[in-house]
Amino acid sequence: MNRRQLLLTLCAAATLAGAPAAHADALANIMKNGSLRVAVPQDFPPFGSVGADLKPVGYDIDTAKLIASRLGVTVELVPVTSANRIAYLQTNKVDLVISSMGKNAEREKVIDFTDAYAPFFNGVFGPASIKAAKAADLSGKTIGVTRGAVEDIELSKIAPADATIKRYEDNNGTISAFLSNQVQLIATGNVVAAAILARNPPKKPETKFLIKDSPCFIGLNKGESALQAKVNAILADAKKDGSLNTISRKWLGSDLPAGL
Amino acid sequence: MAYRFDFASIADYTPVLAKGLGVTVELIAFGAVAGVAIGIAAAWARTEGPRWLRPCITTYVELIRNTPFLIQLFFIFFGLPALGVQLGEMQAACLAMAVNLGAYSAEIIRAGIAATPRGQYEAGASLAMTRLEVFRHIVLKPALARIWPALSSQIVIVMLGSAVCSQIAAEDLSFAANFIQSRNFRAFEVYIVTTVIYLLLAIVLRQLLRLLGQHLFRRAPR
Repeated sequence: MNRRQLLLTLCAAATLAGAPAAHADALANIMKNGSLRVAVPQDFPPFGSVGADLKPVGYDIDTAKLIASRLGVTVELVPVTSANRIAYLQTNKVDLVISSMGKNAEREKVIDFTDAYAPFFNGVFGPASIKAAKAADLSGKTIGVTRGAVEDIELSKIAPADATIKRYEDNNGTISAFLSNQVQLIATGNVVAAAILARNPPKKPETKFLIKDSPCFIGLNKGESALQAKVNAILADAKKDGSLNTISRKWLGSDLPAGL
Repeated sequence: MAYRFDFASIADYTPVLAKGLGVTVELIAFGAVAGVAIGIAAAWARTEGPRWLRPCITTYVELIRNTPFLIQLFFIFFGLPALGVQLGEMQAACLAMAVNLGAYSAEIIRAGIAATPRGQYEAGASLAMTRLEVFRHIVLKPALARIWPALSSQIVIVMLGSAVCSQIAAEDLSFAANFIQSRNFRAFEVYIVTTVIYLLLAIVLRQLLRLLGQHLFRRAPR
């Protein structure tokens, strides 16, 4: 090994050793700066949208505030889109991504996730008077769905033959059909059901059963195990003491599902 | 052209298209008969009927002719349940088509009636016929014969307009096309096939109405 090679090797080693050091420990940094930088959506109600005072509001924003307050630091909200939220994390512009993000294998290659913090699913919804705990219970019932949506495709597979599926052009048609009693139940996303509940209609869409479950997770950089453990502990506490449930009731109009 | 046509992917859905075609035929059969019946009644009421009824008919005709069919359909399907009138999508679609065609055909038939020479009324009166008898036996048939081509066109227009009934989940031909398109994403193939079916349906309907006209008004004076 000549000198030049040795120098290159040393440089490479220094770079490798130095890379994590430059990140330092995200949790320690947050505590030192006294502020938690969180990527939040501003175009996806009820998770994140711009309120009347032009400040971001929503489920994700309240979760960010909850975590910051339990850490004892201030929160700095960074509006992102679903396309650039992971890039914000990777370039260290934010500490956490709380942006109604689902977990999948591709994302897990580049970032880590905490435990789930929000429910996100397609399911069958209907008034309390109708019992339907599983797909077989739809027998003889009329279910409205938006044509071509994921829930249409899935429900068409699992619904019994004598269930009537009415397919509408868009979500508004499906909602109108449900509210005007043209269908007994609807299959849709929990966010859509929350939007209906928010209008406080006489016929309330309560969750009957889930068709496809894809809860939201908080994203953080790889290797930040201290921050990950801390956020997980906060989430576990918040689930236990009901403060996360309060956020769910406020924005989604319903309690957190038992399995979250 | 880079697009590869795949009409075979539609073949699997032939029963869906067939069912849709059946529903469209059902809609137009009911809509045409009920609509023309409403049209005749409304035309009578507007020309011969009691004075108090005329403004009501005018309101009906103007209301329907000056609002979109889609809105009329939504009002019946989504709006009426608030008043306690719950109609299924087929009932709502049939009602909407009948009411819509009724208003248009009322105006068309009224034009035919208005073209009746005065002497015909006088001839009826001189035979001691009542006004209703004059209308039934002397006025109506020649009036219908005069406007039959226009009425046929209106029926075809309403048949084509029935496509919007798919918006309230009535499973007609358009619904079948949209449904297949949402499953196999073969928009071009699906809609070209549907277009051809609608075209054939319109041609057949027009010919049927022409034959019906020939049969009904064989010896009617022009």
